[in-house]
Amino acid sequence: MELFFNITLNGITEGMIFASLALALVLIFRATRIINFAQGAMGMMTTFIAFSFLNAGLNYWWAFVFILLIGFVFGSLVERVLIRPLYGKSELNPVIVSIGLLVVLEGVAGAIYGNASHGFPSAFSQSGITIGHTKVAFSHFDLFIVIAVIILMVGTLGLFRFSTLGLRMRASAFAGEIARLLGVRVGLLLTLGWGLAGIAGALAGLLVAPTSSFGPYFMDLNLVYAFTAAVIGGLESPVGALVGGLVTGLCISYVGGYLGSGLEPLGALVLLIVTLMVRPEGIFARPAARRV
Amino acid sequence: MSTSKTLQWVLPMLEVKDLSVSYGAVNALRSVSFTAQPGVITAILGANGAGKTTLLRTITGLAKPKSGSVRFAGQELLGRAVENIARLGVAHVPEGRGIIAELTVEENLKLATLWCLGRGERQKAIDHVYELFPRLSEFRRRHASTLSGGERQMLVVGRALITRPKLLLLDEPSLGLAPLVTAQLMTLLRDQTAGSDMTVVLVEQNARSALSVSQNAVVLNLGEVVVSDEASVVAADSGLRHHYLGF
Amino acid sequence: MSDAAVRRLKFPTQPLLRHLIFAVAAGVILYFVTNRLSSYNDFLLGEIALYLIALAGLSLLTGLNGQISLGHGAFMAVGAYTVALLMTHTQLNFILELVIAVAVAAFLGAVIGIPATRLKGPFLAGMTLLVALALPPIADKWSSTFGGDQGLTTLVPTAPGTLNPEEWLAWIQILGALLTLLLLANLMKSRFGRSFRAVRDDEIAASLAGIHVARTKVTAFVVSAACAGLAGAFLGLSTGVVNTGEFPLTLSIQLLAAMVLGGTGTLIGMLWGAILLVYLPQWSTSLSNHFNLGSGANAYLATIIFGAVLIVGMIAAPSGIQGGLRWVWARATHAFTSRSVQGLATSQAGPRST
Repeated sequence: MELFFNITLNGITEGMIFASLALALVLIFRATRIINFAQGAMGMMTTFIAFSFLNAGLNYWWAFVFILLIGFVFGSLVERVLIRPLYGKSELNPVIVSIGLLVVLEGVAGAIYGNASHGFPSAFSQSGITIGHTKVAFSHFDLFIVIAVIILMVGTLGLFRFSTLGLRMRASAFAGEIARLLGVRVGLLLTLGWGLAGIAGALAGLLVAPTSSFGPYFMDLNLVYAFTAAVIGGLESPVGALVGGLVTGLCISYVGGYLGSGLEPLGALVLLIVTLMVRPEGIFARPAARRV
Repeated sequence: MSTSKTLQWVLPMLEVKDLSVSYGAVNALRSVSFTAQPGVITAILGANGAGKTTLLRTITGLAKPKSGSVRFAGQELLGRAVENIARLGVAHVPEGRGIIAELTVEENLKLATLWCLGRGERQKAIDHVYELFPRLSEFRRRHASTLSGGERQMLVVGRALITRPKLLLLDEPSLGLAPLVTAQLMTLLRDQTAGSDMTVVLVEQNARSALSVSQNAVVLNLGEVVVSDEASVVAADSGLRHHYLGF
Repeated sequence: MSDAAVRRLKFPTQPLLRHLIFAVAAGVILYFVTNRLSSYNDFLLGEIALYLIALAGLSLLTGLNGQISLGHGAFMAVGAYTVALLMTHTQLNFILELVIAVAVAAFLGAVIGIPATRLKGPFLAGMTLLVALALPPIADKWSSTFGGDQGLTTLVPTAPGTLNPEEWLAWIQILGALLTLLLLANLMKSRFGRSFRAVRDDEIAASLAGIHVARTKVTAFVVSAACAGLAGAFLGLSTGVVNTGEFPLTLSIQLLAAMVLGGTGTLIGMLWGAILLVYLPQWSTSLSNHFNLGSGANAYLATIIFGAVLIVGMIAAPSGIQGGLRWVWARATHAFTSRSVQGLATSQAGPRST
C-alpha cells in the first residue's frame, strides 16, 4: 500500500514535468500545426547554459529567471530563422528540420560539455518529507515542481482567456488569414507562441535536471513522454496538456514501479498506441467547427 | 492621408490599373482597370470564375499579381503585407464570410478593433455595432459557430464596419441568404455608405440586388472588364444583363 | 533481318528485364572491384551495401508512400539480434537465418504499421521515435538472453575456397543489396508502387478508386522494416557483435538524414546516402583534427553535420542529391530539345482561350 502511494506521488511529480513540456508542444502545434521535436533538446541546451551560469557563481534564482528569458529568445529565434521558410510547403519538412535541430543541439552540447553526466544543484531538499513516522516519496523540490508548473498553466490560461494578446494569439492560431485581414500581425504572434513554448521547455529542463544526472540526451525520453501526454490531452489546450501529463506520468510510474525499470518507454508506447486506436483526438478535443 | 476634404471628393479613393493575376498557367485577371469613389457603392459583377474573388484578394494582399497597380487614397497597396493593408483602413469581408468560429461574437468584434482602438473607445465601437444589429447583442457571449447564416453575415459586416474603414470590400455577402435578408443587408450597406467618406466595392453574383444599391458597376467576364458604367445604365441594358448577368 | 527482329534486338523496355540487366552488370563490375580492393575497403564497400538496403526500404516508405519513420534503427536492431540469437543457439543454415531475421523484422513492421495507419506526419514521427527509444531497453532488461552490455556474437559463414572472409562478407552484402534494389525497383514500377503513390497523394481519392488504404500503408511499412531487418543482420555480421549500443536513437536519425540527402523517393539516390553514412565519421574526424578541435569534438562533429544536413536539406534542397542531379540532367537535355520544340510552339500560337 505504501508502495502504491509512493509510486503514485512519483507519477504525479513526473507528470507535472511532462505537462510543462507538453504545454510547449501544444502551444506550438496550435499556432503552427507543427510538432517541435527539438523542444526537449532546446530545454537541455538552456539547462546547460544555466549550469554554466551556476558554475560561474550566479545566484540560483537569478539564473532561473534568466534561463526562462533565454528560453523565450531561443524559441523565438528558432521560429524566425528555421521554421518561417517552411510555411506552406509539405507538412513533413518542419518535422525533419526539428529532428535535425534536435541532433545539432545534442551534438553541440556534447562537444562543449562532454558526454559525462553532470549533477545539477537543487534549490530545495530532495529527500522525502516526513509525515508522522513515515517518509513519503514527495520532497520539497517535488512541491516546487508542482507549484511551478501550476503557475505556468494558470499564467498561460490567463493570458489566453483574459488578455488581448491572448485573443490575438488564439485568432492567429484558429484563423490566420482572417486575423491578418483584421490587422493582426500574425507572423509576430506565431514567433511569440514559439517564444512562450521556449519558456515552458526551459522550465521543464530546469525541473528535471536536479532529479537525475543530466547530459546531452537527458531530455530525449522526456520529450517522447511529453508527446504522448500532449496527444492524450488533445493538443488543444493547456488543461489538456496538464491532464495528459498526469496520465502519462502515472502510467509510466506504475509500469516502472510494478514491472521493473527500463520498461517505461515501452509502457508509454503502449499507452500512445491504445490512445490512438481508441480516441485519436485525445480526451479534450472539440469537433472542428464549420467556418462558413 | 493629407488630402483635404474637398480633394477627397475629386480623387477616386480606389484606382485599379492594368491588374493581371495568374495561378500557374491560368490567367485569373487580365489587365483589369477601374476606379471606385467614396460615398457610393461600386458593384463588381459577373459569372462564377470571372475573377471577382481574385480581384478582391489581390487588393487586400492575399494574392500576388503578375503586373499592374492598386492605389488607395494615393498609396500603392501592392507589395504590402495583408495586415498592413488592413491597418490603412481597408476592411475585407471575404468569400465564405470568414467568421472565426472558435471565438465568441464579442471576441470577433473586439479582435477587429485591437490595432486601432484603446479600451474605452473599443466598447463604444462594439456597442455601436450592436445598435446596427440588435440580434447580435443577444449572442454576444456565444461562440460564432452557433450562429445561423444570416447572423454570421451580420457579424462579419459589423466586424468590418467597426473600425470605420475607408475602403470596404465585400465578397458575395448575399450567398446562402434568404431574399428578405439579402434585401435588408443591401439596404444597410446603402445607408451606411451614403453621405460617408467610405468607398465600398461590392462583389456579387446576385447582380439584381447589387445593382439596386450601387451607383457604378463593373462587369467581369473570364478575367477581363467587359463593361464599366453607371449601374442604372447596366441594369437597363437587357442584352448585357442576359449575356453576362443571368437576368 | 526483318524489322520485327531488329526491334527485338533493341534494349528491352520492360522494367523487370531492364532492372535485371542493370543488376547483373553491376554485380559483375563489383565482383572485379572487390577482388582488387584491400580487406578494409571491402569491409567499407559491404557497409555501404548494407546501409543501401536500409535506406532503399526507408525511401520507399517515405518517398513513395509518404510515411515518415524515426524508428528504423529499431528494426535494424531486431534483425541483428535475431541473427545473433539464431547463431548462438542453433545450427541453422546461414541463408535461413537471414530469412528468419527478415521475417521477424517484417512482423514487427506489421505490428507497428497497423496503428501507424491512423497517424499522419508529425504524429507518426512521434510514435516511431518512441519505438526507437522503447525497444533497446528491452534487450538491456533481459540481459541474460540478449547478452546485456556485451551483447551477442555473430559468425560469418566460412568463405569458400581461398576467398578471404572480408571479401566474402562484402560479397554477401553486395548481393543482398542488388537483390533488394531489384525487388524494390520492380515493386515501385508495379501496381503496388502505384497504390503506394496514390495513397501518399490523396488517401480519400485512393480509397474511392478502390485501393485499400490501410493495407497499402501496412505493406509499405512491412517492406521497409524487412529491408531494415536485413541491413541490421548484415551490420551484426560486419561488426561481429550485437549489443544495444550499436542501435541508439541517433542511428534512426542518421538514416533519415542520409535518405534526405540522397533524395527521398529514389533508389539510386540512396547510394549517396549510404556513402555519407559510412564515410562521414571518418571525414568529420579528419576535419576536426585539421582544425584541432579536440577529441571530444570528434564524436560530436559527425552528429552535428547530420543534423545540419537535415536542416539545410529541408530548407534549401528537399529533393536531395539525386533530385539535384535529375534537375541538372533535365536542364542539359532541355537545352538540346528546346530548339525543335520552339518551332512547334510558335506555329501553334494564336488567340488563347481560358
